[in-house]
Amino acid sequence: MAVGLGHYLTVAAILFVFGVFGIFLNRKNVIIILMSVELMLLAVNINLVAFSTHLGDMTGQVLAMFVLTVAAAEAAIGLAILVVYFRSRGSIAVEDINQMKG
Amino acid sequence: MEIALPDMVFYLFASVTVASGVLVISARNPVHSVLWLILAFFSAAGLFVLMGAEFLAMLLVVVYVGAVAVLFLFVVMMLDINFTELRQGMLQHLPLGGLVGFILLGELVALTLAWNFGEDVAKNAASPTPTDAGITNTEALGQLLYTDYIFIFQTAGLILLVAMIGAIVLTLRDRPGVRRQNIGQQVNRKPQEAFDLVDVETGKGVSLPTKKG
Repeated sequence: MAVGLGHYLTVAAILFVFGVFGIFLNRKNVIIILMSVELMLLAVNINLVAFSTHLGDMTGQVLAMFVLTVAAAEAAIGLAILVVYFRSRGSIAVEDINQMKG
Repeated sequence: MEIALPDMVFYLFASVTVASGVLVISARNPVHSVLWLILAFFSAAGLFVLMGAEFLAMLLVVVYVGAVAVLFLFVVMMLDINFTELRQGMLQHLPLGGLVGFILLGELVALTLAWNFGEDVAKNAASPTPTDAGITNTEALGQLLYTDYIFIFQTAGLILLVAMIGAIVLTLRDRPGVRRQNIGQQVNRKPQEAFDLVDVETGKGVSLPTKKG
């Protein structure tokens, strides 16, 4: 069976599901949750590029680039918040993170 | 069954991507998680090359492996966190997570099975891939990015700027008790406040006035 669009979509779907699963599995550890979000965004990018190259439309790759940009910004801000939170509380347990609200 | 070489390469990269994705969420040590994440990004970049999106593959390696994953690595190593404590009760969330994961996967599979392209999808491409042999993927992407999508491109730059400033503002702190050099204060000092001339009488000592400030 020749590798086609469906194969790439399958890889992306599995990766996305593992990203969601990782969020549930590591409910206490924000760092792993952020990494799971990165995995999900990677799956989205694989989907975009797969459709883009399959349909011969470059727009998908442009969109994938913007997803990449936003993912990088999100990781930077997320980790900065994490560092500040750790400084004030000495832990990164998500369970008491709702104390951040005013 | 004969498998062509590109297909074998696809299966290699795909299995490495999925396996390292699993290890990212299940590794005991977060440092290992980050390293598996790097491997996942690398093999996903391989998949991008196979699909014919070389520029995005390079971008994935440079931006994700070179910047984002290293940022994760720094933060994981910088913060002194008791990770065994964070792992407690992990199995408690396994059934719910597994259920949601299975439902999501089932939905995605059902969607893939039930769906096919419309008749003239390929004709309606917003910006068709150039078919000339001389134009590379990078060139085609650049021609699109700096013309049709220039404003979105600028907005992406703004997003990165805001993220950069935000990260700096969030993590910058003034520590009390740190003695920094204040050049303005040094230059503004006058000789009169810097030293006193005292006539010392013979046989008597001198008591130094204590300086304020």
